[in-house]
Amino acid sequence: MLSRLSRRSPFNTSIFRSFATARERDEFRLQEYSQKYLGYRKAVFTEKLEIIDSSKAEAVPIYRVTDGLGNFIDSSQDPKFGKEMSVKIYETMTQLNIMDRILYDSQRQGRISFYMTNFGEEGNHVGSAAALKNSDLVYGQYREVGVLMWRGFPLEQFMHQCYGNSMDIGKGKQMPVHYGSKEHNFVTISSPLTTQLPQAVGSAYAFKRQPNNDRVVCVYFGDGAASEGDAHAAFNFAATLDCPIIFFCRNNGYAISTPTSEQYAGDGIAGKGPGYGLHTIRVDGNDLFAVYNATQEARRVALTNKPVLIEAMTYRLGHHSTSDDSTAYRLDFKKVQTWGDKDHPIERFKTYLVEKNWWDDEKEKAWQKEVRKRVLKAFGDAEKTKLAHFHELFEGVYDQVPELLKRQRDELDNHLKEYGEHYPLDRCLRK
Amino acid sequence: MRPVSVIFGRFLGRCSSLQASRQLATGSTCTIRDALNQALDEEIRRDPNVFLMGEEVAQYDGAYKVSKGLWKKHGDSRIWDTPITEMGFAGIAVGAAFAGLRPVCEFMTFNFSMQAIDQIINSAAKTYYMSAGKVTCPIVFRGPNGAAAGVAAQHSQDFSAWFAHCPGLKVVTPYNAEEAKGLLKASIRDDNPVVFLENEILYGQPFPFSDEAKSEDFVLPIGKAHVERVGKHVTIVTYSRGMEFSLEAAKELASIGVEAEVINLRTLRPFDFETIKKSIMKTNHLVTVETGWPFAGIGAEIIAQVIESEAFDYLDAPPYRVTGVDVPMPYTQTLEAAALPTTAHVVKTVKKSLHIQ
Repeated sequence: MLSRLSRRSPFNTSIFRSFATARERDEFRLQEYSQKYLGYRKAVFTEKLEIIDSSKAEAVPIYRVTDGLGNFIDSSQDPKFGKEMSVKIYETMTQLNIMDRILYDSQRQGRISFYMTNFGEEGNHVGSAAALKNSDLVYGQYREVGVLMWRGFPLEQFMHQCYGNSMDIGKGKQMPVHYGSKEHNFVTISSPLTTQLPQAVGSAYAFKRQPNNDRVVCVYFGDGAASEGDAHAAFNFAATLDCPIIFFCRNNGYAISTPTSEQYAGDGIAGKGPGYGLHTIRVDGNDLFAVYNATQEARRVALTNKPVLIEAMTYRLGHHSTSDDSTAYRLDFKKVQTWGDKDHPIERFKTYLVEKNWWDDEKEKAWQKEVRKRVLKAFGDAEKTKLAHFHELFEGVYDQVPELLKRQRDELDNHLKEYGEHYPLDRCLRK
Repeated sequence: MRPVSVIFGRFLGRCSSLQASRQLATGSTCTIRDALNQALDEEIRRDPNVFLMGEEVAQYDGAYKVSKGLWKKHGDSRIWDTPITEMGFAGIAVGAAFAGLRPVCEFMTFNFSMQAIDQIINSAAKTYYMSAGKVTCPIVFRGPNGAAAGVAAQHSQDFSAWFAHCPGLKVVTPYNAEEAKGLLKASIRDDNPVVFLENEILYGQPFPFSDEAKSEDFVLPIGKAHVERVGKHVTIVTYSRGMEFSLEAAKELASIGVEAEVINLRTLRPFDFETIKKSIMKTNHLVTVETGWPFAGIGAEIIAQVIESEAFDYLDAPPYRVTGVDVPMPYTQTLEAAALPTTAHVVKTVKKSLHIQ
């Protein structure tokens, strides 16, 4: 880089020498700094020696619409959902919660290999999903099931995926909770953390090439994921490529066992945004109205090819996954209970419904019963559904099955002809 | 990563474009660099979804000048410079491919591709399988691979075996200019992710270039090896720059009456084993040649497959490998030379296989 600059170096030209006064020279340099180095921000000189102490800077405020009891603070911020939408929001959050309980237990019983719950984060899933258009492309991390549920991904499909059976869209290729649906504009979940962020920017760049298509990308990630190098790359690329994207961080306090206090030393995730040139907002993630408003505004901004970072403050009430026991590091279990009792996003939203007379105890009871029944039915059906034919093993490595795999497939067929009785072939579909 | 080889590459670029223009004047040859440039130019024109991305590929024409003139011709939307983060722009390419584009992602050299290996292996190569065929990822990851000259351990290595190891990827390793053009065009048109390994030392080298190859429709099939020289006494299997040593060795061996059959793999995955097997059943002797490390390398894989196949019974001698030395590349010229295979090594190994003193 240096050698390239020096070949075209203007330092010895007469232009620079022609600046007679110090002021003229300052102005020249400030203009250069502003335009070329600082993204057109105003550059100034200072004679005061001061190293910025980031711990003294004010934290980005947390935008909210309702207080802890669910009451509106500034009525101008009420998005005025109406009954139908409000009930749909509530029903999605509660259905997610009930499905999580049943599937979590089923893992404990050894019926599926793995599960991750969404307890305590239902509000930021559904609040953001409701503000997006269903045509917007979503990249999830893994704990964003509410978004997919809001878009109408059927209960049966969640169950088929967790069982990896022949009805699963992914044909049993991916581990549980790694959902994906082209129809619902939800990209198949990728396990290695944060790979989804630069990929989302790539998709957003593709959207940008189709003008007026009214689509943005919304990519979800956790506070821990923000530490990966991929996050840095994605923020930087989105800002430099001017992509229509929303980075939605669910800051739930923990990356498996690592608390946020050990994850970063700055002003959370929102604090990073301005440094990258991202429009940024921090929001109360358990206040569904605030999440909705923030996402809706972020979408409007993103559509003008200005990427936006949202940090939703929330709390992971459950364990990280079924491979985790959070009581080993969340020793003060009372605190977990306090979060659940005092700031549960579902409860906060329910207050609103009840106050509007759109919901009551009777409806609640009937709904809980119905959902439980539906989940258990879908669950039972999925458990009974046959697994894909074993030839599926060889499908999808390439767009066409290569010769080597065809030979291996034939070998397997011959083997099973002779020894098939020793394999659970009755669990697979016949061709 | 900001590589030392930017400077080095620029130097190479200048030398070889001189060399290229001299050669092109004869009308019947083309350098690898120009062949790749033609392929990119034609495919970008042919399909509006194809674009080239990478560090300094636009205004600067690429560190090795492979994209020379393309930015001027096709503009910002088709040729774009990325900030410096291999994992970042490889991820961008993956996401763009998921959303329907066909990116050609240039690594300034494959030495730096290791920063992006997760995106290549875990996302590009596997998503089609994991989504049961619902999400395609048509990307070409391309750039120079293999030992360069005088740039030591971190800029001089062959990653063929790394990528060839992974299902879901296609791995293409052209040797001459026609292959560079025909296979790059095929790779860009392929719906699977392709790792396209060029060779830095060969960029400026002119090769014969037929009228057929000059056509916009010239495409070579991925997955087919090519018998570059027909012989009956020994089979030499190689790819990329290994071809150079192998052809020279075959010429030298011919002077003592040994007719070597030289097979140019062209593609490492999918692997064209049939061509190798057929040849061994004729010559009864096998020598593999590669510039990479020996352990779990391409030669090791070829020999393992031969031994597991019916061709094993046709071998009259153990199969042998000619490879790079099992050390990181040293800088000092004499040591560097000692770390790489040469024509003499190939000749010596063939003689050993044929029991010629």
